[in-house]
Amino acid sequence: MERIPILRMGNFLLVTIQVDMHDRLALQLQDDLTQSIAEWGSTGVLIDISSLEIVDSFIGRMLANIAAMARVLDAETVVVGMQPAVAITLVELGMSLSGVRTALNVESGMELLYELRGNFRPESADEISQA
Amino acid sequence: MKSLRRETVPIKNSSDVVAARQKVRHWAQELKFTLVDQTKLVTAASELARNTLDHGKGGEMSIDVVEDLSRTGLKLSFEDQGPGIPDIAAALRDGFTTGSGMGLGLGGSKRLVNDFEIHSEVGKGTRVCVVRWK
Amino acid sequence: MSKLPEIIRRNEEQIRAAWVSQVSSAVRRSDLMSDREFQGQSRELLTSIVEGCESGDIVHLDSAAWGHARELLNSISASRATQGFKTSETATFVLSLKQPLFHAIRKELASSPDALFDELWNATLLVDKLALITSDSFLASREQFILRQQQEMLELSTPVVKLWEGILALPIIGTLDSARTQVIMESLLGAIVQTNSRVAIIDITGVPTVDTLVAQHLLKTITAARLMGAECIISGVRPQIAQTIVHLGIDLGQIITKAKLADAFALALQKSGRTVVKSGNSSPALSAKSEPAKER
Repeated sequence: MERIPILRMGNFLLVTIQVDMHDRLALQLQDDLTQSIAEWGSTGVLIDISSLEIVDSFIGRMLANIAAMARVLDAETVVVGMQPAVAITLVELGMSLSGVRTALNVESGMELLYELRGNFRPESADEISQA
Repeated sequence: MKSLRRETVPIKNSSDVVAARQKVRHWAQELKFTLVDQTKLVTAASELARNTLDHGKGGEMSIDVVEDLSRTGLKLSFEDQGPGIPDIAAALRDGFTTGSGMGLGLGGSKRLVNDFEIHSEVGKGTRVCVVRWK
Repeated sequence: MSKLPEIIRRNEEQIRAAWVSQVSSAVRRSDLMSDREFQGQSRELLTSIVEGCESGDIVHLDSAAWGHARELLNSISASRATQGFKTSETATFVLSLKQPLFHAIRKELASSPDALFDELWNATLLVDKLALITSDSFLASREQFILRQQQEMLELSTPVVKLWEGILALPIIGTLDSARTQVIMESLLGAIVQTNSRVAIIDITGVPTVDTLVAQHLLKTITAARLMGAECIISGVRPQIAQTIVHLGIDLGQIITKAKLADAFALALQKSGRTVVKSGNSSPALSAKSEPAKER
């Protein structure tokens, strides 16, 4: 069944969500990520949601859960690229996602992860592989 | 309020919830709602469709283009023949629950729309109607 | 069953002609509407009224048979509103249908006073209702117009200023209600994206009072900015505001608040890894040296 791909960049994991997820797919992502963090000993997770035009309470909870589970496995999570309309809606909905770190885009998100978990930068494309 | 156009879609599984979202997005775009208003309406639809599925054991959603004097709007109705909601006031209050609880579904959705109406009878079912005006 | 429908049908042209001619020049406003337009409007309207009457129901004007008439009345009202007619002028236009109608009724039912009375009553009720539709419609479109203007004013009154690379300032002047908050959030978030900013200073010097509602709106705005990766600092917190916040038990959580915008700016620079140093030149010009965020 379809899965959202997880890329590995050195000690960090990168996930780009581009599809309108149905519930099973979201739960599958939660599972896959926690598996990958444990397997690779990753210390950081970057979730790019810049393509998501809708984040409802289910997806919001998924993001919060991922951040919490990652923390238990000693990894930091940064969610990047939330669209303004989505942010305004989430806030109106009553979700603050206070346990989730955020950044404007992938670049800022990576900077933040390096700040938090200072790591080697991948020198070559070989370092980037499918987790 | 007058209904100009209507479409009904089933909500029987989680793919239907996605389909319902996309239908509402399509209609909201056609009516030229602003991006923020579109997002709010589609998100409310997602919340309510999910409630219909999870709590109401499946049902259907109707979309109506409505008119009232000089304004146009989009009305969404979610109906199920599920167990019903015993304490509506409590359900509307914000509460973050996992599992089978209402969570932020109802209370949150109410804030995303202009008009909100809910009828529910234990053992009979629930109907939620929301309207967003342009 | 009312005889009104057939009375109107039988005398349609005379009623219309009498109606049109007797609309006083004050209400006619030939300065605003051409003769041809006026004739056309009245003809169409009377036809739709006949249509509605044919259904036999002249009491419930929200039925489908009266749809055409309602539509016409609404559009006549809306177009006249934009043309500059007063609401009373449009209502009077409809109300002046009574006299020609009464004439027709008297002509047809002169010999039966009871029936005459009944139909006069029916006719007056009908025309009153039609006139009220135009009033409601007129008011509704004026309200829409005012709302649009309010919206425009809101947008103009929330400028977002770039203080430095990555630092924005949002001075709020006036009260903060939910409509304004929506506009402010949109402006701020849009600016954050455009300027790639990480810090936003919300200055509330110009906000007269901060009560629980205003605080909620501020918190909403700050939460929305945080979701986009930007941190907010509140500045312009006057001593009285600080007192109010404490008295009301408002919890600002982790949000940093400063009394002066200058202090907030200094803090913002610090947070973005910058320091301000005096340059060695004779003119004491300020230069801000940029230091990249330190790696651990």
